[in-house]
Amino acid sequence: MASDTAAAEGSSLVFHPMDQFIVKPLFGDGAVGMFTITNVTLWLFLAVLAVIGLMVIGTSRRAVVPTRSQSIAELAYGFVYKMIEDVTGKDGLVFFPYIMTLFMFIVFANFLGLIPMSFTTTSHFAVTVILAFAVFITVTVVGFVKNGAGFLGLFWVSSAPAALRPILAVIELISYFVRPVSHSIRLAGNVMAGHAVIKVFAGFAAITLVSPISIVAITAMYGLEILVAFIQAYVFTILTCVYLKDALHPSH
Amino acid sequence: MASDTHAAQAVSSCVDSHGSAVGMPQLCGDWIGNQVFWLVITLVVIFLVLSRIALPRIASVLAERQGTITNDIAAAEDLKRKAEEAEAAYEKALADARAEAQNIAQATRDEIKAELDVALEKADAEIAAKAAESEKAIADIRASALENVETVAKDTAEAIVAALGGKADGAKVAAAVAERMKG
Repeated sequence: MASDTAAAEGSSLVFHPMDQFIVKPLFGDGAVGMFTITNVTLWLFLAVLAVIGLMVIGTSRRAVVPTRSQSIAELAYGFVYKMIEDVTGKDGLVFFPYIMTLFMFIVFANFLGLIPMSFTTTSHFAVTVILAFAVFITVTVVGFVKNGAGFLGLFWVSSAPAALRPILAVIELISYFVRPVSHSIRLAGNVMAGHAVIKVFAGFAAITLVSPISIVAITAMYGLEILVAFIQAYVFTILTCVYLKDALHPSH
Repeated sequence: MASDTHAAQAVSSCVDSHGSAVGMPQLCGDWIGNQVFWLVITLVVIFLVLSRIALPRIASVLAERQGTITNDIAAAEDLKRKAEEAEAAYEKALADARAEAQNIAQATRDEIKAELDVALEKADAEIAAKAAESEKAIADIRASALENVETVAKDTAEAIVAALGGKADGAKVAAAVAERMKG
C-alpha cells in the first residue's frame, strides 16, 4: 500500500481510466446499498429530465408549424417509428412506446455521459444487461404467445438440407441465447472503451511535450464518441426490432 | 495506514484506499442492486411519460399537420381550377368581344355603303334631271333665238325694202326670208 502511494506520487503520470465508472453515494461516504442515492441515481434522473424536456416540454405547444425542440422530438418519433415499421412491419408498432423508451433512454444516457466529469450510466453492464434481458424476455414471451410452439420453427432451418438441420438447430439455439449477452456488452463495451481511452489520453496531457498531441487526440476521440453515442443507441434499437421481427414472424 | 484501511473498508471492496477503482467497476457486485433499482425506476418513468403523454401528443400533432397539408393541397388545387376557369372565361369574353367588334364594323360598313349608294343614285337622278332641264332650256333658247333671227330678218328686210323706196309686202318678205333661212 505504502509503495503504491509512493509510486503514484513520485511519477507525474497517473492513470486512473476506470475511476470515472465508480459508483459513489451522493451524500456522505457510506456504503452503496440498494436504495442509496448515488451518482447513478443523479445521472439516471438527469436522463429522465432530458427525455421529459424534449418529448413533453418541447412539444407542449402542439404547433402545426413546429418549433425547434418540437421538430427534434418529431424527428426522434419518426426515426424510431419508421425503423419499427421497416424492420418488423405494421404489427410491430404495438411495441413502439417500449422501443422508443429504450432508444430515448440510451441516447440521452450516452450523451449525458459525454459531459466532462459526468457519470455514464450506460457504461455499466448492470444497466445494459437489464435492458438486453428485458428485450430478450419480451421477444421470447411474444414469440410463444403469438406463434405457440411454432416459434420453435425459428431454430429449424427448413431451407437447409435435412441432415444439417439438427446441427443448425443447435447453433441457432446457442446464438439465440447469446443474443442478450452480445446485445448488452456491445453497448456498455463501446461506451466504456471510449471513455477510458479519453481518460488515458488525458493522463498523457500532464507531460508538457506530449500534451498538444494528447489534447488533439482527446478532441478526436470525443468526436468519435459523439458518433458512437448515437450509433450504439441506434444499433441497440434496431437489434431490438430485428429480434422482435423474429418473434412476430418466426419463419426462417 | 490505519485510516487508509478504514476508509477502504468503509466505501467498498471495489475501491482502494486512494479512491481508485480496483479492476473494472463494471464488474463490482456491490453496486449492481443499486444500479438495477434506479434503472428500473428510470425506465418505468420514461415509459409512462412517453406512452401516456409524449407519443400520443406527437402522433396527434403529426396527424393534424398531415390533415392541414392535405386540406391546403386540396384548397390550392381548387384555387388553381378556379383560376383556370377564370382564364378560360376571360379568353372567351375576349374572343366574343373581338367577334362583336368585327360584326359591328362590318354592319357599319354595309350601312354606310347602302347610304352612299342611295345618295349616289339620288344625286345621279338629280343630275340627270338637271341635265334634261338644261337641255330643254337650251333647246328653247335655241328655238326662240331662231325665231328672233327670222323676225329680225323680216323686220330688217322690210325696213331695207322700205328704205330702198319700195313698198314692202309683208307676206312676200316673210316667204323670202324663210326661203333664205332654210339655207
